[in-house]
Amino acid sequence: MGALLKTPLFELHGRLEAKMVPFAGYEMPVQYPMGVMKEHLHARTRAGLFDVSHMGQVILSGPSWEAVAIAFEALVPMDVLGLADGRQRYGFFTNPAGGIEDDLMFARRGDALFVVINAACKEADIALMRAGLPAEISLQVLDDRALLALQGPVAGSVIGTLDPKAGEMRFMDVADLSLSGHTVWASRSGYTGEDGFEMSVPADEAEALARRLVNDADVAPIGLGARDSLRLEAGLCLYGNDIDATTDPVSAGLVWAMQKVRRPGGDRAGGFPGADRIFDLLARGPQRKRVGLRPLGRAPMRDGVALFATEDASEPVGAITSGGFGPTVGAPVAMGYVMADLSQPGQALWGEVRGKRMGVEVVSLPFVQANFKR
Amino acid sequence: MKFTEEHEWLRVEGDEIVVGITIHAAEQLGDVVFVELPEEGTTVSKDDEVVVIESVKAASDILAPIDGEITEVNSTLSDNPGAVNDDPQGEAWFFKMTASDPSQMDEFMDEAAYQAYIA
Repeated sequence: MGALLKTPLFELHGRLEAKMVPFAGYEMPVQYPMGVMKEHLHARTRAGLFDVSHMGQVILSGPSWEAVAIAFEALVPMDVLGLADGRQRYGFFTNPAGGIEDDLMFARRGDALFVVINAACKEADIALMRAGLPAEISLQVLDDRALLALQGPVAGSVIGTLDPKAGEMRFMDVADLSLSGHTVWASRSGYTGEDGFEMSVPADEAEALARRLVNDADVAPIGLGARDSLRLEAGLCLYGNDIDATTDPVSAGLVWAMQKVRRPGGDRAGGFPGADRIFDLLARGPQRKRVGLRPLGRAPMRDGVALFATEDASEPVGAITSGGFGPTVGAPVAMGYVMADLSQPGQALWGEVRGKRMGVEVVSLPFVQANFKR
Repeated sequence: MKFTEEHEWLRVEGDEIVVGITIHAAEQLGDVVFVELPEEGTTVSKDDEVVVIESVKAASDILAPIDGEITEVNSTLSDNPGAVNDDPQGEAWFFKMTASDPSQMDEFMDEAAYQAYIA
């Protein structure tokens, strides 16, 4: 393992007294002096600034929008061609077995496609795109840009004060904004379940913009610890935990992200890796499903906890893939996979923690209602 | 007060020893959200896992610092685990125990040695 990489905000994290940890090859802030619990609550009630510069940013361009969109549709089961200029979608790369290679956000910027991919997957994703895209499509890795996220109910007014154009943006819109002299590629989206923005900015302007934002009385810097509890309460998948190369989108409950035009009977049905496997699962129904889980006691149930149908059953019926304490819920929350016939909300199950079986209930996701600007 | 390398503090109170975790340990753990205490009357050996602490970040154990018997647990922590962050070296003691071999206490650090240990 080589030396850890640093984001353009590394020095600022130090000045903000962050506790740094290795994450996906980067030295990243896990928390600031405020602590995970208060950071989480701050992002739910005011606004939190996240450094997500470790994520990969890629631009795909070609002879026309149609050429770019159709080429990308060969890699993802999403409607790319139908994406309007200035709009963003959630998606994922699939593999021939129908598994998920990575999940991602993609946005249309004129005739080009702007793709944001997970830090831990970015080398593999870039290789996958280079191998799977025709020669006429060019792929540009934007390693000279940082990515900041401002999330929370007052994010709209903080950004809107700097550029009123932000006020016209709805959930999943993208636009160029001018924030204190810095031109950012903004999307009105995020990974917390709150209203907010993700902003791609040239690396050498990132610190000045971050300082400007964090100096706002309503804004606190938020580390990876609270980022994880925020996304878990919002019911959002963490790649590597809740979805991976062996989990398919049907079992993962992500069929909503596959627009009808790419599903059986659609005009551009199939044509992505693993389409046959995924369509087969759609027709037959998956064996297991991703569900929300509420431990009934106070003890958190974390990833890896085995789930059982009864207190003394010997064979597990599922497992937790993400779990911890939900500061907004005020109780432990988790998600995981269980056999499909045990996946209905209200189903009672048992989780085994430190050799003891404790009650857990299947619940619908998310744990905290989304607060998007629709 | 004596201190262990596992960041516990021990305070002798008559025949009993009161055990908790240090301010330094509480800071490292982060926000504590769950505490699982042993049964009163349990006989323990040094290094047995006797308490589980879950913070927002991770689960960790407290080990029995010496051989003996758990005589009392601080059950207020079950309902108010956050006290471990608010007052780790005061209100948020975890358990009291008797020592079967009081000489085991001799190996622990005093406050100055502990401060040097974590510095």
